[in-house]
Amino acid sequence: MSLLRPVIILLVLVGLWQAVVWISGAPAYILPGPARVALMLATRWPELLEHATLTLAEILLGLALGTLLGMASALVIAWFRPARHWLMPVLVVSQAIPVFALAPILVLWLGYGMASKVAMATLIIYFPVTAAFFDGLRRTEPAWLDLARTMGGSRLSILRHIRIPAALPALTSGLRVATAVAPIGAVVGEWVGSSGGLGYLMLQANARMQIDLMFAALFVLGVFAVGLYYAVDWALRRALPWQADDSGRAD
Amino acid sequence: MLFEELDLELPGGLTTCLLGPSGVGKTSLLRLIAGLAHGAKGSVADHRATPIAGRIAYMAQQDLLLPWCSVLDNVLLGARLRGEATTGALEARARELLARVRLANSALARPAQLSGGMRQRAALARTLMEQRPIVLMDEPFSALDAITRYEIQALAARLLAGRTVLLVTHDPLEALRLGHRVHVMAGRPARLDAALEPPGEPPRDPADPALLTHQAELLKRLAQAREAP
Repeated sequence: MSLLRPVIILLVLVGLWQAVVWISGAPAYILPGPARVALMLATRWPELLEHATLTLAEILLGLALGTLLGMASALVIAWFRPARHWLMPVLVVSQAIPVFALAPILVLWLGYGMASKVAMATLIIYFPVTAAFFDGLRRTEPAWLDLARTMGGSRLSILRHIRIPAALPALTSGLRVATAVAPIGAVVGEWVGSSGGLGYLMLQANARMQIDLMFAALFVLGVFAVGLYYAVDWALRRALPWQADDSGRAD
Repeated sequence: MLFEELDLELPGGLTTCLLGPSGVGKTSLLRLIAGLAHGAKGSVADHRATPIAGRIAYMAQQDLLLPWCSVLDNVLLGARLRGEATTGALEARARELLARVRLANSALARPAQLSGGMRQRAALARTLMEQRPIVLMDEPFSALDAITRYEIQALAARLLAGRTVLLVTHDPLEALRLGHRVHVMAGRPARLDAALEPPGEPPRDPADPALLTHQAELLKRLAQAREAP
């Protein structure tokens, strides 16, 4: 049943889509039906895959970079108490300014290539990762810390052996959010200025009124994003088997 | 003000039990001795007036096992925190201790796979692994069911023999089974009464009539302690 469920959901969604097309009578250049998009997927597959690979690479690089930066920032803030007052405003600013507004500047500085998109994805996940990890580092069970102190553990070894492992479950929830939003960063970057990627393809298709190609690109993007999310979720679960976690049963 | 001019003497190599109404400051006193409480004046020293910091092992009501470590790694936690090599001799000693608390077959299990009694036995092994002459225990067995508690008391008494132990408990029978000396703490600022000294060596048989007489006396003292100003 659990394997069948996504298929049923997909079929129902496609059915609804087709129903909207029939009932509204919208022309194909406004809302193409599933069949047209499927045809487009089949005929333009190599091109779609090429652009999708580029976008995926940007997302993955952004995820890696944002995770590293976020974890490092959280560690610095947790270790140096005064750093909190200096870095927190920076963190909030990084999140409060919409990345959409920053995209043109990043493209201007980093060029039309991958760098500006990776920077966008990094920027968009930096805050959730930092906030989640820092929160985890701050909420170590006080009794564990007491025990570690009576054992003669130094601050560094307590951080390494107790606080960081204890913060990993919190970090993983940050990483799940990051995985879900990283594609936004990459695609917005591609919209603003690029020579490749699914965002670029969609923009080009839109300009040429190839709405069915746009939908095909959107579909591929969705599949990639969802696939990436589940892959990361699966990897995180395997990495922390000790984590008290009942989400497997809940869904 | 919890304490004022409070003196507590722990005879070396013996087990001292501390009873008293909730909120009287038993745990605070324990934390003070363990060096975990701040803002208190006072000194904790041995008979040669040497401070005892670094010679204490601490065991709490919760097992405090790290969920991401195996039972063996939990027992080796102190060594790892101090940067000692945890292979070879130390690991052998940890395994031997686990065998003595009857957890030899669970050395590589995670704490979540163990029952409450097993977890507390693992915590006991971790406490013993520290090889500290002074052991402070804060209601270590109170979360266990009666039979499990009865068994682990006997085990703890045997394994802790020879160490200086301060055991905080709210169970008079536990105090009488395990303690060479039993104090009741009462009032505010807290005071200690003269120690009750049950005869014989721990772990004592709870069916012993002498123990039951002492238990009646202890219950009387505890009832008075609750009334104390």
